[in-house]
Amino acid sequence: MTKYRINKTRFVDQTKTVSFTFDGKKYHGFEGDTLASALLSNGIHLVGRSFKYHRPRGIMSCGSEEPNAICQINDNTDLTEPNARATEIELYEGLKASSQNCWPSLNFDIGGINNLIATFIPAGFYYKTFMWPKSFWKKIYEPLIRLSAGLGKSPTQPDPDIYDHKHEHCDVLVIGGGISGIISAKIAAKNNLKTILIEDKNILGGSTIYQNNKNFIIDNQKSNEWLMNEISELEKLDNLIIKTRTSLAAFHSYNYLLAKENISDHLPLDKKNGSIRQRLWKIRADKVIVAAGAIERPLIFNNNDRPGIILANSVKKYLDFYGVSTGLNNIIFTNNDSAYETAVSLFEKGISVKIVDIRKKSSSNIVKNADDLGIKIYWNSTVVNTFGYKKIKSIEIMNLSEDGSNVTGNKHKIQCDCLSISGGWTPMVHMHTQSGGKLDFREIDQVFVPTEKSENHINVGSCNGDFELEEIVKNTNNKVKKFLNINEGGFDKISVFCSKESEKKNIWLLPNTISESKTKSFIDFQNDSTAKDIKLALREGFKSIEHVKRYTTTGMATDQGKLSNMHALGIIADTAGVKMGSLGTTTFRPPFTPLTFGAIVGRSVGKFFDIVRKTSIHEWHVQNNAKFENVGQWKRPWYYPINNENLHEAVQRESKAARDSAGILDASTLGKIDIQGSDASEFLNRVYTNAWLKLGIGKCRYGLMLNEDGMVYDDGVTTRLGENHYLMTTTTGGAANVLSKLEDYLQTEWPELDVYLTSVTDHYSTASICGPNSKKILKKLFPNKDFSDEAFPHMSYQDAIIDKIECRIMRISFTGELSYEINVESKYGKSLWENCIAAGEEYKITPYGTETMHLLRAEKGFIIVGQDTDGTMTPIDLQMDWIVSKKKYDFIGKRSLYRSDTMREDRKQLVGLLTDDPNEILEEGAQIVSELDKKPVEMIGHVTSSYFSPNLNKSIALAVVKGGKKMNGQKLFVPMENKNINVTVSDFIFLDKENKRINA
Amino acid sequence: MFVINCPYCGERDQSEFSCGGEAHIVRPKQPTELSDDEWAEYLFMRKNIKGVQFERWNHAHGCRKWFNMVRDTSNDKIHAVYKMGEKPPVI
Ligand SMILES: [Zn+2]
Repeated sequence: MTKYRINKTRFVDQTKTVSFTFDGKKYHGFEGDTLASALLSNGIHLVGRSFKYHRPRGIMSCGSEEPNAICQINDNTDLTEPNARATEIELYEGLKASSQNCWPSLNFDIGGINNLIATFIPAGFYYKTFMWPKSFWKKIYEPLIRLSAGLGKSPTQPDPDIYDHKHEHCDVLVIGGGISGIISAKIAAKNNLKTILIEDKNILGGSTIYQNNKNFIIDNQKSNEWLMNEISELEKLDNLIIKTRTSLAAFHSYNYLLAKENISDHLPLDKKNGSIRQRLWKIRADKVIVAAGAIERPLIFNNNDRPGIILANSVKKYLDFYGVSTGLNNIIFTNNDSAYETAVSLFEKGISVKIVDIRKKSSSNIVKNADDLGIKIYWNSTVVNTFGYKKIKSIEIMNLSEDGSNVTGNKHKIQCDCLSISGGWTPMVHMHTQSGGKLDFREIDQVFVPTEKSENHINVGSCNGDFELEEIVKNTNNKVKKFLNINEGGFDKISVFCSKESEKKNIWLLPNTISESKTKSFIDFQNDSTAKDIKLALREGFKSIEHVKRYTTTGMATDQGKLSNMHALGIIADTAGVKMGSLGTTTFRPPFTPLTFGAIVGRSVGKFFDIVRKTSIHEWHVQNNAKFENVGQWKRPWYYPINNENLHEAVQRESKAARDSAGILDASTLGKIDIQGSDASEFLNRVYTNAWLKLGIGKCRYGLMLNEDGMVYDDGVTTRLGENHYLMTTTTGGAANVLSKLEDYLQTEWPELDVYLTSVTDHYSTASICGPNSKKILKKLFPNKDFSDEAFPHMSYQDAIIDKIECRIMRISFTGELSYEINVESKYGKSLWENCIAAGEEYKITPYGTETMHLLRAEKGFIIVGQDTDGTMTPIDLQMDWIVSKKKYDFIGKRSLYRSDTMREDRKQLVGLLTDDPNEILEEGAQIVSELDKKPVEMIGHVTSSYFSPNLNKSIALAVVKGGKKMNGQKLFVPMENKNINVTVSDFIFLDKENKRINA
Repeated sequence: MFVINCPYCGERDQSEFSCGGEAHIVRPKQPTELSDDEWAEYLFMRKNIKGVQFERWNHAHGCRKWFNMVRDTSNDKIHAVYKMGEKPPVI
């Protein structure tokens, strides 16, 4: 045993040694230790450097509120984790931890120079300093900030761990496994309610589990003994799920809660056996009982951040739970009774302890207990300074003036190796406020407590502001009974004896003889903001707590200000001379403690990240070397390179083949909606801009769909399959939205229409064959069909049979070439495709992908909704007046086409652009200007589609340009980073304006 | 994350639904006879109330039905759920 491991407890198994490393050096602890307790047992307090001034910092607490002891775990491995709190890491064999924010080493830290120039790093330093000159930003300021920003190191490799999600429903969820949570869970479960109890530590019991003081008695037993029995009773209950190592992350409305369970973080690497690391529980609870406890407050005085300055109750936990003394010569600095429990515990283990108390007296049992033991108490005193660079060595104390606003008398120096501090307790109201609950300020002990209004959740125990054992037990019993509508609580006749605090005193910022500007009284330890910073912010005019918080960064570190928020508020209130309750608090946002990304995404990683949709022909594309592009969730062939062709070379070859002989495209991904009903024609007539009432059966028509604001929304060809039956196609990406929009109109605006919509996108596969030889290929595939223009004209459809399989052939074209689309049930898609390829072989039929498709349609001036439009283009802007019916009384978006704004002549309109140098290809998205010399340069439009056309042997582009309709032939410029490209506005139909090829 | 009582399916998680904005805005039957201002009123103007608001919701990942819901936007309390075409309740 080390000299600091002075006590045997039932929580740490001192027969089982565990070895670990910290900053590369090997140490030993025991099973049951945390990294923090093991370090302290080895006499190590200094564990990190502060964020801004790089001051040496030590372990300060024993829980999730820890601001200083944050470590990098398993550095330089793919399992590494930054910002892990040493107070929460359970020790395991082989654990490797290292300190953060220190370079080159913890004991010699170069950033420590900041500490010496601290006067020059006031609140808002970054905002003030890195403003000017502008040119310094990119090359000097940003790299400098990035270098010194952040605490730990992000992993550089993919996370190999497995994370999980689980949905759970229950009658009662109890958050927190301390005494009030245990009482609540027992009452609920014993009354046949399905109950879940979650606790973030590895065992239940909270701080009562190590409360062995004789002044805290329940049913004639010491409270820790009593609770131990309760826990073993609890574990036998059938209706209760107990989840330890599980912390609540978020409390959303309607009692929807997220909790993170740590499953294997505490296991040695060789014992994890591929187990899940963490599981995120998504819990919907009928009733929620919050028993989250309270966090001890620090005290704010000069140099209150030295290693060896620890919260008093944490000192007690290290001693009575882990068996570790944080020092051998202790001083306790307090404003309340609870720290006396720590003093008594230390004294009983034979450890030297003295008390400094800002109060003038206290007559409670626990204070008497300390007094009777002969522990020296300095009443009405405050610490004004501390000494010791890497570990506290001594303190100076002075008497307080009558009203506590100043110090009087002489300084008195006391030696110590540990200073326990206690500024009282802050109820953990985070859960309550996250769920939408409000808070009241309780003047007497300066705490925010929950205002109970919700029918669906309550707060019990110290998170509700009940700090004394008797209140906790009795109030919890009564409240839970009422909340759950239960007559018999099971704790109705319990007897509780406890010490009660009679004197209360709180000073947010303790007075000093030195002027404030020369003190360093830390409020936010992790972000290094001091009382001075807060006062400066107030002097500079910041009033709202939310602004002061952001300006000084108080409460914005990884601990989210669990220790600092109240003091910041208190100092603001004192300085501004207002009541603290009138200030409100900052917003408590989820998560309560940081969550790993792994826990958030769960199994949705890698190939489970998103759904992948593949057509039934996909395997053929893979075998034929297709490169794919993502279109929504679909994988579409992008191009099919042969012999190491690049994208450009492949697309040039594919495009040429499609116009010279034959090309084939997998068009299965187009959205398909089956429309049936006696009002189907009327419905389409209202949905599309053009006329639909007279489309003959067996005919196809292109339609443009607008939003009610007149902007183009989607387009596609719809075929009339029967009297009351249509098949609509939509863009690949728009399919789901179009269906949803159409359903909306049908259900809400036009419920009188007899129309039924069914998505059949996945039901059919489509092979689209185009080019001058396409008709010959179709004849080979369907020898009995008459493909003459008279029998099977453009924009018509026919049923056919291939290999006994029924199919639909549509003669429609998106390329301007003679073209047929063959549709079969999806399961026959691949065999259809292979038949087409075989039949087309003698014509060198060439499979082409989306890139060639885009090029071919651009040559013909066909738009792609979403590429050439962006939700601000009307059909008139697109020069598609021909498709907008003048005769129809109404269709979706019609009225908007006559709004003054949509009729402006200087709207951006679709035009063609030709570069003066036919080999120069414009960049899509490039801006267009008409005058290069005018400053500021006026952007009059941008390029939407741009390609090198092998069929025209020149570069072509589509663009939208203000007033472009009237600019044909005009010279414009496309300024690029290092040159200006000269372009001429042209017709946007570059090829075959006469539509000869469609009937070739 | 609230629970919505779909009038066709019963209680389901909010993640199955999508909100379609303010309810009871009827598409004008004769849009061409409206002035620009009148059309803009229909097209763009929404109340976005802090408090009790009548909204359209769609059970997108369920029955795909649209329905109306009365929700207090300040605390997400749902006061009523009713089918399209039914009379709005008095809240
Ligand atoms: Zn439904």
